[in-house]
Formats: sequence, C-alpha cells, structure tokens
Amino acid sequence: MSQVSAAKEISFLKEQAKAVRIEILKMLAEAGSGHTGGSLSAADVATALYFSKMRHNPKDPAWKERDRFILSKGHAAPLLYAVLALSGYFDKSLLKTLRKLGSPLQGHPCSKLLPGVEISTGSLGQGLSIANGIAMGLKMDGINSRVYCMLGDGETQEGQVWEAAMTAAHYRLDNVCAIIDNNGLQIDGHCCDVMALEPITEKWSAFGWHVIDIDGHDMGAILGALNEAEGIRGKPAMIVARTVKGKGVSFFEGKAQYHGMAPTSEELERALKELEDNE
Amino acid sequence: MSEITESKKQKAALAPPHNPPLSKGGSGGGVATRDAYGDALLELGKKRKEVVVLDADLSGSTKTAKFAKVFPERFFNMGISEQDLIGTAGGLSLTGKLPFASTFAIFETGRAWEQIRQTISYSNLNVKLVATHSGITVAEDGASHQAIEDIALMRVLPNMAVIVPADGIETKQVIEAIAEFYVRLGRPKVPVIMPDDYKFTIGKAYKFHIGKDANIIAAGLMVSVSLDAMELLKKEGIDAGVINMPTVKPLDHDAVIEAAKASGFIVTAEEHSVIGGLGGAVCESLAENYPASVKRIGIKDTFGCSGPADELMKLYGLTAEDIVKTIKEALKKS
Repeated sequence: MSQVSAAKEISFLKEQAKAVRIEILKMLAEAGSGHTGGSLSAADVATALYFSKMRHNPKDPAWKERDRFILSKGHAAPLLYAVLALSGYFDKSLLKTLRKLGSPLQGHPCSKLLPGVEISTGSLGQGLSIANGIAMGLKMDGINSRVYCMLGDGETQEGQVWEAAMTAAHYRLDNVCAIIDNNGLQIDGHCCDVMALEPITEKWSAFGWHVIDIDGHDMGAILGALNEAEGIRGKPAMIVARTVKGKGVSFFEGKAQYHGMAPTSEELERALKELEDNE
Repeated sequence: MSEITESKKQKAALAPPHNPPLSKGGSGGGVATRDAYGDALLELGKKRKEVVVLDADLSGSTKTAKFAKVFPERFFNMGISEQDLIGTAGGLSLTGKLPFASTFAIFETGRAWEQIRQTISYSNLNVKLVATHSGITVAEDGASHQAIEDIALMRVLPNMAVIVPADGIETKQVIEAIAEFYVRLGRPKVPVIMPDDYKFTIGKAYKFHIGKDANIIAAGLMVSVSLDAMELLKKEGIDAGVINMPTVKPLDHDAVIEAAKASGFIVTAEEHSVIGGLGGAVCESLAENYPASVKRIGIKDTFGCSGPADELMKLYGLTAEDIVKTIKEALKKS
C-alpha cells in the first residue's frame, strides 16, 4: 500500500471508529444500562478488524471462508453490535432495542439470536478456547481464514485463559490472533490493585506466543500489528493493545465506575458534542 | 418403545448372572460401558470423518485412546484442563466437526459446568459430552473422584439430553444417536442385559416387565441390580417390574405413568444422589401427571468413600437385597 493510500485508509478508519463510538453511546443511553467503558476502549481495534482487516460478508454471515471474531469480553456487546450494524449485518434501527424484551441484542451476545455473532459470550475467560477450536477445525479443512479473539485485561485473571494460551501454542495455531484490550481497569478498580496482571507481554511470550505491544488507539499501529500477526508462522499472536477505558469521551476516560454504567441523556448529549468537535 | 418380542425380553431379563462382582478389569464377567464407548467411538470415526475427539489427559481410562491411535489427526489431548476442553470442543463444532469431549464425570460436569452451560448449552452446539467413572464404583479412588451429582448438574441445562446406558450394548447404540447430550458411563464391568437387537431411542424407556405390585425405574448399572431384585421378589410371590430409563432427560413420561398405573408404587434406582437425578425426575413427572407413592434408591445426600466397588454398593444401599427390602416394607405398610 502506498503512503497516500495508507493515510487515506487510516483517516477512513478513524471516521468509522467515531461512528462506532456514537452508536455505542446512543444505544447504551437508550437502554439505560450496559457497559460503556470497555466498549469504547476496544472500539479502534474492532473498527480496524471489521472495516479493514477481516474478510467477511455481512450478506452471508455463515460464509465458510470468513475470518472469525470472538468477543471473549462479551460485556462489550454494544461495540460488537455497532460494528455489525455499520458493516451491514442488520439494520441500524435495531440498535435501539438493546437489552429490551424480545430483542436479539441481548445484554451479552447471543449467537442463536443474532447472525454475525459467532458464539454466545458473557461469562469471562471462555472465548480463547472457542477461538482455538475454530482455528483447529479450519486447519483440518485447509481453510486459510484467521480467528481473532478480543479479551479484556481483567478477564485474563480467569484460569481458563491460560489453559487456552497453552493450547494455542501447543497446537501451533498461527491462524489465531488474540487481542487484549488493556485498559487497566476492571469493575472494582485498577487491575494492578485488584489482581496484578503485569508483566503481560512477558507472560504471553513465556507461554509461546508472538506478542506485539501497541497503543490501542493508534490506527496505524493497530493495522501494523494485525499485519505482523498474520505473517507469523508456527505460533499464535497476541496484540497487547494499550487502551484507555471510556476512550473518546473525556469525562468517561479512565474511570472504573463507567465499566458498567450507561450514559444519561445529558451525558450522551455532551459526549456526542465532544466526539463531533474533536475532528 | 422398542419392538422386542416378549420372549426376547424374558431371555434378556433372565440371562444369568445379572450381578456378578463389579470389577474394573481382569477376567470378570460383563463389559465396562467405557470399553463399549471406546469401540463405538472408533467405529463411528471410521464411518464419519467429521468426528473429532478431545480428552483431558485421561484417554487411557476413558478409552478414547482407541480412537486416538487410529485417528491421531482427529484427536486432541487438551492436557489437564477441563474448562479449555469444553471451549475447544465448542469451537470445533462451529466449523462443522462432531466433537466428543471425554474425561471423568466429576471433572467434566463439575469443573467445567459453567463452560458447558455458557458455550455448549446456551449456544446449542452439537458437542457430545461423554464422561466415564461416574458414581461410587470408581471405588478405591474415593469421594473426590466419585460423581454422584452429575445427572442433576446436566439435567438442569436447557437443550441437554442426559443418557445413562445400562450396559455395553446400550452404550454402543447411544453413541450413534444424534443430539446434544451428556452420556454417563462407568468404570467397572457390568453384566450385559440388553438384547442383541435392542434399538436405543432418545427419550424412550425399555420395559423389561411391568409389575402389578411395584415397578422399579432404574438407570445405568442399577438396571441389572434391579433385574436381580425382580427375580428375588418373584420367588416370594411379589410381582415387581423393571424399566430401564437410559434417557433421564427427556424422560419417558408415558412409561413412568404406565408403571404407576399398573402398580401404584414406584421405586427409582440409580448410582447417583437421590436429589436431582433419575429419582428427582420421576418424582417430578409423577407429581404433575399421576401422583403415586415413590421410594428413591440412591446415594442419600452424602459423599462416597474409598473401598471395593461391591462393598460400597452394600454400604450405600444399592444392592438387589436393598431394593427387595424397600419394596417389601412399602408393600407391608400399604
């Protein structure tokens, strides 16, 4: 890709990320509850995946050769719904039904109800095992697709994550690319106070992964990391995306209390104005 | 209901001996359901290329090693990590594979219960959970390894069928059934009691005999024990029936009602806690459909302990004599 077209791509993705954030905030305010902070922190990586990196077809969600995205941190459902809707999996008007009775947009993603959701998640620590299983099946069938799995940093306190970390390395699943949305916060506070996670990169390296440590809001760095990961052979890749919880809305940023709180209508108004003004 | 003739039923019911000493190996009679599983899995693997098998470092004991030896590229040892075992099996099913995930019953249903709930049951994935070493007949290993809660744990999950085969013949039939299911197998050799031409159907009981005085609804190795009890009672002029209920969920309500109508008194028999398993399922069915008197034979809300399997069956009241005593006492009172 030439420098000019690369710059164009990045500016397009930044616009998309802004649109994704706007939809996240609007649907959460409408729902009156849900997880704001972790949806916003992971928005740039998810945008890069759905609008650039991943091969997928919103008109054919079951396409065998699609790349897969597993949202292991299922509480960031609003982010998944936003990228799916903006990609064209379903009509954007559905977003306002989030968490409402009868809606396919459950509080945490449900694969039986919404095409585009690969697997139901919500109980933490399980997505990477599923991603591994998919990656094994794809390899057995000679399908070249990649499997992306987004984890929260706090989520890696779950033991199953490390079981899966061993599995991916043991079976040399180089079609697996995991991303940790490393926003440093969990419900009860800073991860380092609740249950320390560092040194994160060293841990994953020691488990046999190729680790790439980036600024998770730098679109150029995100694309670079996803491309680097795709080139790795014989081992899985982990992108540690250093992010800010609530990213994009100054009064949500870095605040643990917005882990599981939706914006009020006043907060929504201020947030949308801020997002518009920032460009 | 299967279409087995009356004479075959009798032959099956009378085939001696029903209840030789439970043994985990050696030259003792019968076939361990886990051995039947290993054979059935290998056969299924030959017929269906999409079958993949996962184990958690117990493939020699669960007998999935038989499959692994012939199809190493379709076998995944996940190490000692049951939670990852379930998730990986789920992922494989999402690519169109037909995964069988096996380990001991206590680890499969206990350690990984919430993974089964979230990933398999809630997403309704076609993953076969086949666990061995259920119940107290794990024997010398003691309470830590004796799953007496697994039927209850699996029965409560939506989309999940729960199957407890009584012998090797039934186990082979079950493995070919198409459903999302939990299959509970045992460690010891158990008598072969089902007829050669038996055809297993999910949700269908097999009625050895419907008695006028009492009917025993049993699953797993307690079916052969119940058949022994039936013979003992017959000698005393008591007409007790035996129904093999391999599918605890979905339960064969018609068979339960038929038995209750015939005798008005039901005994359930299982190598499991009396809470939440077959006994619980039968009581729920009768309470809603045809209230009748029930006695539950099983582990009475306690843990198991180490010892020879036969001794444990006596200690926990799971012998033919225990069933006979329960029925005679109940009939005396009525």
